[in-house]
Amino acid sequence: MVGGADATQPALSLVGITRRFGCVTALDDATMHVQPGTVHALLGENGAGKTTLMRVAFGLVQPDAGAIVRSGQTLRFASPSAALAAGMGMVHQHFTLVPAMTVAENVALGGRGRFSLKEWAARVHEIGARTGLVLDPLARVSELSVGAQQRCEIVKALARDVRVLILDEPTAVLAPSEAQELLRWVKHFALAGHAVVLITHKLRDALAVAANVTVLRLGKSVLNAAVSDTNEAQLAAAMLGSAPLQGTGVLKNETAVEDLVAPINASAPLVGVSLAAITAPVSLSDAINGTGRLKREPGRVVLRLNNATVRDKQNVVRVNRASLEVHAGEIVGVAAVEGAGQRELLRLLSGRLVQSDGDVQLPAHIGFVPEDRHNDAMLLDRSLVENVALRDAGSREGRMPWDALQRATRTILNELQVRAGGADVEARTLSGGNQQKLILGRELALQPEALVIENPTRGLDFRAAGAVVDALRTARAGGTAVVVYSSDLDEVLSLADRVVVMHAGQLSDVAADREIIGRAMLGA
Amino acid sequence: MTLPSVTGETIVTPAQGRGASIRVSTIVGGLLRALVLALVAVVLLVVLLTITGQRTGDALIALVNGAVGSWYAITSATLVRAVPLALAGLAVSLAFRAGILNIGAEGQLLAGAAAATFASLAAPQLGVFVIPLLLAAGCVAGAAWAGIAAFLRQKLGVLEVISTIMLNYVAFHTVGYLVRGPLQESTHVFPQSFNIDPRAQLPLIIPGTRLHLGFALAVVIGIALWWWLRDRAGGFRLRAVGANARAAASAGRIDVARTTTVAFLASGAIAGLAGAAQLSGVTYSLYETISPGYGYTAIAVALLARLNPLGVLGAAVMFGALEAGANAMQRDAGVPEVLVSVVEALLILLVLAADRWRTRSVRMAEAST
Amino acid sequence: MIDAFLEATIRWATPFALAALGECVSERAGVINIGLEGSIIAGALGATIGAGVFGPTVGFAAGALSGVLIATFFGVFAVALRSDQIITGTAITMFSLGATGTLYRLIYGAAGVSLSTPTTGVFAVPVLSSIPVIGLALFVQPPITYVLYFAIAGVAWWLSRTQAGLALRAVGERPEAAAAAGVNVRRVQFGAVVFAGAMAGLAGATLVLAQAGTFVENMSAGRGFIAIAIVVLGRWRPLGVAAASLLFGAAYTLQNLFQSLGLAGVPYNLFLAVPYVLTLIVLSLSRSGTSSPAALGQKEIVSR
Repeated sequence: MVGGADATQPALSLVGITRRFGCVTALDDATMHVQPGTVHALLGENGAGKTTLMRVAFGLVQPDAGAIVRSGQTLRFASPSAALAAGMGMVHQHFTLVPAMTVAENVALGGRGRFSLKEWAARVHEIGARTGLVLDPLARVSELSVGAQQRCEIVKALARDVRVLILDEPTAVLAPSEAQELLRWVKHFALAGHAVVLITHKLRDALAVAANVTVLRLGKSVLNAAVSDTNEAQLAAAMLGSAPLQGTGVLKNETAVEDLVAPINASAPLVGVSLAAITAPVSLSDAINGTGRLKREPGRVVLRLNNATVRDKQNVVRVNRASLEVHAGEIVGVAAVEGAGQRELLRLLSGRLVQSDGDVQLPAHIGFVPEDRHNDAMLLDRSLVENVALRDAGSREGRMPWDALQRATRTILNELQVRAGGADVEARTLSGGNQQKLILGRELALQPEALVIENPTRGLDFRAAGAVVDALRTARAGGTAVVVYSSDLDEVLSLADRVVVMHAGQLSDVAADREIIGRAMLGA
Repeated sequence: MTLPSVTGETIVTPAQGRGASIRVSTIVGGLLRALVLALVAVVLLVVLLTITGQRTGDALIALVNGAVGSWYAITSATLVRAVPLALAGLAVSLAFRAGILNIGAEGQLLAGAAAATFASLAAPQLGVFVIPLLLAAGCVAGAAWAGIAAFLRQKLGVLEVISTIMLNYVAFHTVGYLVRGPLQESTHVFPQSFNIDPRAQLPLIIPGTRLHLGFALAVVIGIALWWWLRDRAGGFRLRAVGANARAAASAGRIDVARTTTVAFLASGAIAGLAGAAQLSGVTYSLYETISPGYGYTAIAVALLARLNPLGVLGAAVMFGALEAGANAMQRDAGVPEVLVSVVEALLILLVLAADRWRTRSVRMAEAST
Repeated sequence: MIDAFLEATIRWATPFALAALGECVSERAGVINIGLEGSIIAGALGATIGAGVFGPTVGFAAGALSGVLIATFFGVFAVALRSDQIITGTAITMFSLGATGTLYRLIYGAAGVSLSTPTTGVFAVPVLSSIPVIGLALFVQPPITYVLYFAIAGVAWWLSRTQAGLALRAVGERPEAAAAAGVNVRRVQFGAVVFAGAMAGLAGATLVLAQAGTFVENMSAGRGFIAIAIVVLGRWRPLGVAAASLLFGAAYTLQNLFQSLGLAGVPYNLFLAVPYVLTLIVLSLSRSGTSSPAALGQKEIVSR
């Protein structure tokens, strides 16, 4: 059911789209209709197929079945250039900009004929004046802030005379105020007559700006409605299906969703603390070690930074005289916009990076789960056992105890319910969520004194995310010092006992207030 | 320039699971694979022979005879040729396994041969003990030659592919200078060194043939490497670095620089040993062309064996047979010997393509998110 | 004296510059082609055959075509199948060296028969060649050198002033971004590889038709690998590459000079090693840092 009294022709219709990847059905007869002049929210949890559906719409992926109808014409988008020609524009979740090139070059990319830098610089200025998205055309993209890079992505789409603009999780990487600004712009842009599809998992954002909404779950479009005809609870139910297992962690700090999941102290502005009390600790370490939980004195300092500075290869300061103490049995959340230096901070805290200046006191064994699993944490073409064996391989001597490692791997698979074809399969065959669980299990085995984790649930479906959150809380309960960074502020707030903010290399303590933190992330 | 090192996707042995026990299925699988490759090689050879208008039948007969047609052919043509290929192949596979593209086995081999020639001069003083000396000298020289490239790679970010190839040329010309200068044979006519002292010659392990101690060395080193890679922490570290250096550093907290440098040097040492063994076991004198491209063929050997040391031994024998056969083919049927290097190159490409096909189908079965 | 030195430098530098210019384009598109050496030797043999039958001009065309053939072979594996570029390139070079050696023996008989091909003479450009010093050096060269000049200017212009050039540069920096903008990444890379093959083929043809006047097995002698080093030294820019090639041209000129002067006490063989040592020095001193195309050598186009 689509809102709007008159039967105006949709600007974009996706009808019965089906797409399989091997034995996985990513999209199953998914349908949605986007009206011109409106914002259409596409909701669903991670893995529901939202991005895949839009990649079909943009010609990056071919559907196995179904039709794309654009202003009445059924079209086949064999490639993005065909979609672009039909007036489609897409701003991707992971920016598709060339970092080494200037804004003007990025905006110009994909055209025909001659290329004149001057001409395109003028174009960028013109678009900026017209839409309010102002950028320096000659600035190198790598030097732009995240918010500016996103503006560049949008300008790229606008330069093509786009009629249907797709935005994939645009607010995920923005500070709260930046996100609000973007949403305001989106609404304004739609009112000017364009159609906008907003892919998001944030119900609040969707309800604030959208006129219509489509909910995907497991590849199916389970709900198509006008925003005025539905509410948060109904949408959340559609996103998650039947009531999830009680006691499992919550994916994001969406109050509406949590109401369905577990009774909470709804008045607390920082939900993390009270939620922590709900989950019963699962003794992961017991199973692996066969020993009882190590009793650690609460409050003992495990990680300590004292005016630590980190410089990168080009000698640019990334972390500037940071001081921090992380205690046993606490979760410290790091709030920051991408590129603020938290990457280097986390690696410093986990012992993977050496400071250029200042003092660092760390224990010998620190678990680390980086955000780029494939490149930084796993051997994709090796077996699960070999991946588990990777832990602390640098300090191992003598024989490789393969039998013990086999047992440890099987324990991890069981404890965290990792779906895999056995301990000897290639790590590549596991889904993203299962890979993350495996890595987390590996890092938490042997109860490390500290664990540092980056974007813990990015790309994970609800259940996997829940398992990850559970494991983190268990670790904390067992006395591990945990440091969490997420580009999603809500996730940080839901997990952390206390929050620190990184901005332009500066680390600062802040009060546990969403507003204050949001501003601090931008340096205010 | 940061190039991703060989990720191991296409050439590393498939996941070995626990790595503890040898499964029968793996051995059978390996043998089947070797058989298939041998058949493919023969097919390619036949095709090439026919295209180039050779007397295919005569050529094939000459090939088979030359390779396995007699006890002498097997021991003194095939297996003798297999020795440098096996040692150089082990050297290359070890380096590749660590993500180091050591294309310089040829130069390291020459360095080893040259060092062994020098060392053989100590025969009068050391008697038969000169043999361990010259073998050791070969190892040290090979490691040092590789060390140049290792240093350039580690400290200056120089692509080892290019630096090792350049060093191959430098080694070749240096040997060229040595055999026309300081090491030249006494009549000063031919560009080759003096004949080494008989006491410096490697003993034969099967009397009546030309099969020398180098063969035993190759087998021992092959088995040792296979065991070390599978069973020891150091071996695992090397494999991890070759599979994904970033993860090895971040998740495994492995000292990647140290691991790769050691692997590079060890690789050079084994290649140097190949040169020393070739000098003191076969040629007994040094000359520029002491290696007709063994260092490059070794790459094919290593890739075809999927970098598995035991596989390298088998592949080396197969290539030894091929080259012995090619030699006979040229002698008896007039077919240019260099045709065989075309077969070898094509085999590499086929293996690469087959591996890509395999990874593609694995990818298709993955979840899309 | 200086003008003669410069003239010889440019003459020797020409094949290097041709091959390096081609490799420059290929690497800007993200493909490192170790098989370049294979294209050069193939071009040399192709030119020999072509010129032997039809004369030098056809010889150059045949050389370019042979280079393209080898490069296409490489492209099928490295671009279409996305195999590891370096191993594929090494295999292609091995293949090409073996194939040209085999073909040469089959066509021209066993070694010992001396083969000679017609060579192009030098052509003096009117007016320009009268400029003092550089006139002789730059404008009294075999025709292929003038082709090189046009090629350098053409490539430089094309890379910075056309959308196609912009697309190619984007492919070499971040192929995912280019793909999302509608660029056909594989097609661009394949085209770049083929272009490099053609240029390398011309380089091989130059060795035969403008320098040696004959074909010798393995006569490329590592120039394809040296060309890759030249691209690094030239910072992946056409003009930089041209300048870097001059360095190697000078090295070869000096080598010949010392040889003919017969410097006593310095062994001839060690001179032969000079270009390779020079390459090592060049590579050591040019810290490429952030100048190389970011996606150089990247196999997978990660689509998220």
